Amino acid sequence: MSKEIVDVQNVGMKYQSLNGEINALEDISFSVKKGEFVSIVGPSGCGKSTLLSVISGLIKPTHGKVFIDGEEVTKTSHKVGYMLQKDYLFEWRTIYQNVILGLEIRKILTPENREHALELLKTYGLYEFKDKYPNQLSGGMRQRAALIRTLAVKPEILLLDEAFSALDYQTRLAVTEDIYSIIKNEGKTAIMVTHDIAESISMSDRVIVLTRRPAVIKSIHSIEFADCPNRTPLKCRDAPNFRQYFNTIWRELDVHV
Amino acid sequence: MYMYKIDESLSPERKAFLKKVRAQKIATWIIRGLILILIFVFWEIAASLKLIDPFVTSQPSRMIRTFLNLYREGKLFLHIGVTLIETVAGFVIGTILGTFIAIILWWSDFTSRVLEPYLVVLNSLPKVALGPIFIIWIGAGPYAIIVMALAISLIVTILEVLNAFIHTDEDKIKLVKTFGANRLQVFLKVVFPSNIPAMINALKVNVGLSWVGVITGEFLVSKAGLGYLIVYGGQVFQMDLVMTSVIILAAAAALMYQGVVWIQKRLVGQNEVQKQY
Repeated sequence: MSKEIVDVQNVGMKYQSLNGEINALEDISFSVKKGEFVSIVGPSGCGKSTLLSVISGLIKPTHGKVFIDGEEVTKTSHKVGYMLQKDYLFEWRTIYQNVILGLEIRKILTPENREHALELLKTYGLYEFKDKYPNQLSGGMRQRAALIRTLAVKPEILLLDEAFSALDYQTRLAVTEDIYSIIKNEGKTAIMVTHDIAESISMSDRVIVLTRRPAVIKSIHSIEFADCPNRTPLKCRDAPNFRQYFNTIWRELDVHV
Repeated sequence: MYMYKIDESLSPERKAFLKKVRAQKIATWIIRGLILILIFVFWEIAASLKLIDPFVTSQPSRMIRTFLNLYREGKLFLHIGVTLIETVAGFVIGTILGTFIAIILWWSDFTSRVLEPYLVVLNSLPKVALGPIFIIWIGAGPYAIIVMALAISLIVTILEVLNAFIHTDEDKIKLVKTFGANRLQVFLKVVFPSNIPAMINALKVNVGLSWVGVITGEFLVSKAGLGYLIVYGGQVFQMDLVMTSVIILAAAAALMYQGVVWIQKRLVGQNEVQKQY
């Protein structure tokens, strides 16, 4: 935990359409250190996902800049891996073929990279399923396959865009635990967008709270569980100060039904 | 057709269920066959008893005779062959060209927007009206007939395939873009493979339309083919010839449709079966 690997500087985003202009983000600045796990929470529709797309280089911000490892982001960076809301495994490809999709697209399907992908499948218990099709796997296994697909291109930073929201609650807790340990094990930096306050607290070193649209940063919370060594998302949920973090962030989100 | 063997290790309830399914399947096939046989038997008897006039309605026995005559004269396979080649040509060219044009339209939003009204007008125009134009431009012969089949199937193919391409899951496209995919890669990795089932469905529609096009074309201008036989038989009031040709046509069209269904099973069946775990 030393160097700042992601640096977001004064990012603003306005969407244009025939019906008018949507001011999604306004002057967002923060940075993320190597190996850190940062969550971004905010009211639904506040532009959280837009922020991730900007960081990944999928869309250009109207204002501001994003730096990854000191380099300005102009197109999708090879240092970034993206995980979407669903696994989006292609049903016409086997698990192995899905996992090497990123390698194919980046034209880096070298023997070493293939070997690395197979190693990941082995390490995370999917090797024997590598020739199966996605619909033969459970939701949790699919999510793991999706993560391996992201890891196969050896990103340094993982962006998780509501990555577990398509799963049912029990699976979601298990998958969170699973994915968290994989991310820590691989020593990756992660930025996660979620609307689930508990999920954000349980996984993150810091939680960034955004306001309603146009989103600005309302507060940043450092999450520390003193009496929880070897923390995992599930253990965190039992920590005494978990509730306090939850209540603080809940109040800040200022949810009205 | 399958499930004829029932595994002895299954539970009695399961066996009873499988037996019921099997019995239903067999009954369906028997009734189907009976209906067909009964129609022809009644037709034959009614015509023999002069309840209906075989000169107008023809008669199965006379149709068989006509069929054998055509075969003996060596014309049977000529006519079937001509129509079949025209249909397959129209079908294959229509599918390939239609898919190709759909790819171009998917690729360029601007081209697609510019051409949209033209496609709409061409789609709603009854293509038969273009028949005389094709004949004058291309000449009275099989090429005009193939173009006729193309005219009928092409626009539908373009619209169907383009529609499928446009409705590709945006998030799957986003996924490959996060890996830095360019437009060609988006097409090759996501849009095309994810729409193979949709394209095969377009093929099924296309088979039917190609037959319509070819028979229409043969009605307008031809010296051979099943459409020619039907029109010729009608003009000289030989209902035996007309009815025989229609039956052959029905059989040929059904076979070709089954062929596409077979291809569909080979290409997407594997995944479809696995979905029903």
